Amino acid sequence: MTDAAQPTAPAADIAAMPFEAALAELEEIVGRLERGNVALEDSIAIYERGEALKKHCEGLLRKAEARVEKITLSADGRPRGVEPLDVDR
Amino acid sequence: MFDEPVSNVPEWSVSELSGALRRTLEDAYGHVRVRAELGKVTVHGSGHVYLDLKDDRACLAGVIWRGAASKMRFRPEMGMEVIATGKITTFPGQSKYQLIIETLEPAGVGALLAQIEERKKRLAAEGLFDEARKQLLPYLPAVIGVVTSPTGAVIRDILHRLSDRFPRHVLVWPVRVQGDTCAAEVTAAIRGFNALPEGGPIPRPDLLIVARGGGSIEDLWGFNDEQVVRAAADSGIPLISAVGHETDWTLIDYAADRRAPTPTGAAEMAVPVRSELMASVGDLGRRVLGALMRHLDRRRADLRSAARALPGPEDLLATPRQRLDLAGGKLAHALVVNSRKHEARLAEASRRLARLSPQARLAGMRAKLDGLEKRLAAAQAANLRAERQRIAQRRERLAALGERRDRAMLVLIGKRRERLERIDDRPQRAVAAGVQRRAEMLGRFNQLLESYNYRRVLERGYALVHGPDGHLVREAAHVALGTTVEIEFADGKVKAVTGEGPRPRPARPKAPEPVGQGTLFGG
Repeated sequence: MTDAAQPTAPAADIAAMPFEAALAELEEIVGRLERGNVALEDSIAIYERGEALKKHCEGLLRKAEARVEKITLSADGRPRGVEPLDVDR
Repeated sequence: MFDEPVSNVPEWSVSELSGALRRTLEDAYGHVRVRAELGKVTVHGSGHVYLDLKDDRACLAGVIWRGAASKMRFRPEMGMEVIATGKITTFPGQSKYQLIIETLEPAGVGALLAQIEERKKRLAAEGLFDEARKQLLPYLPAVIGVVTSPTGAVIRDILHRLSDRFPRHVLVWPVRVQGDTCAAEVTAAIRGFNALPEGGPIPRPDLLIVARGGGSIEDLWGFNDEQVVRAAADSGIPLISAVGHETDWTLIDYAADRRAPTPTGAAEMAVPVRSELMASVGDLGRRVLGALMRHLDRRRADLRSAARALPGPEDLLATPRQRLDLAGGKLAHALVVNSRKHEARLAEASRRLARLSPQARLAGMRAKLDGLEKRLAAAQAANLRAERQRIAQRRERLAALGERRDRAMLVLIGKRRERLERIDDRPQRAVAAGVQRRAEMLGRFNQLLESYNYRRVLERGYALVHGPDGHLVREAAHVALGTTVEIEFADGKVKAVTGEGPRPRPARPKAPEPVGQGTLFGG
């Protein structure tokens, strides 16, 4: 990946990453470090990026909250807005 | 007819007769069930449906009024096998009768299944169900759009399972999941979700679920609708279908990107389990740190052992020095060995040179020459003997051939002599016979010639007339009066002048005299 090329701005692109991509990159970093074939200077940068990815993933997981809404339709069948939907009435 | 006004048949007005017919038909057929195939189906703007009921021989017009049409559970289509219930009535304005249909039902599930099958084949042929069209579901969708009824077990099951696994933002687009309007509403919902802009006031879902609980084939009919199938196939947002129970297949299932056996199953496909993800992220974080630590430790150890292995300056020089000592010791001995090798090569060369001296080669050639001379003498003697033998053989063969030739010549001469004797007297005989035959022919020609001479005719008393120019006169018409002519008799000629005489008639130009003459000489 591009981790070694941009060690100075590790978190800039991570903030916009979807969960799955962040998780996949984190797994890749773990694999590379565990295989041990990384130059010493790179290994520190890679580790920092891994740490940032992990925080990002945990943030996404923590933010998970249920929000259930129902689309309200106008007379011509177009979506007009949303309103909360309580199904356990 | 006008002359016969009296009739006891009553007279109807058209309206009266039409009215009477209508009453008769409605009384007799006020409630009928008809099994038929649907012909042309027209849905009028007013909501009334006009259709033809057919079998192989007859056709019956049918009408479904708007009220009845809206209550129907399926949409009538051409070719469907149906059972229609209603009453017969007339339409007096056009002298027609028709069936007012109150209920219309498919004639058995088989007919519906056949219809689904036909539609499935047609849409598959268009490629709507191709594997290549299927989209991957997002791993963790942020917003999930659900097309279903906002009340009931289905949406509850989905929401429960979602909150168990990974609570998400869910947008429900409420639709009726059965009945006549179902298909249109579901179509509008799928297309409506797709039409939402990114970043608009209503968030655009990154996953859709179209769900409905189990039911009969008629209940699920809306999800076999062609518009619904096309909307699902066209959806740019990945779509999971969860219609009916696991055993119920509807056409939307083929067009969806994934088909879930149940609504709960759809929720499971939609999101991963949050607690598992948190555990695995935590695990990955620990592994990253552990791997880094081990990595650094290993590098440190490598450095240490490399430093230990680094040799001192004494060690670096020892080996070359040893090699130098060794080489110096061997130098003198090597010189001696080298000289000996060269001496040996010189001796060998001298030996080979002696073998190649001119005296040695001359002796060898002389010996070869002697051998050749001896072989030449022997070969000449042998050749002479063979030649003599061949000459003797040829002489014998020549004598034998001479004898055979003499015998053959004697035989040939005998034969020729015999032939000569036979041929000898033939020419003399042939010449004599030829002379005799020609003499006879000459005599016959003379007689013939004599008989053709005209003087023989003159001797019999005929005469010839010659004109002044000496030519023979054959017709009287050619002689003018007073012409001097010459008459030739057998014994001489006399001159004469022509005078008056009977002229030959022009129609019969042939006078007896000239005719006789003409015939005689012209032949």
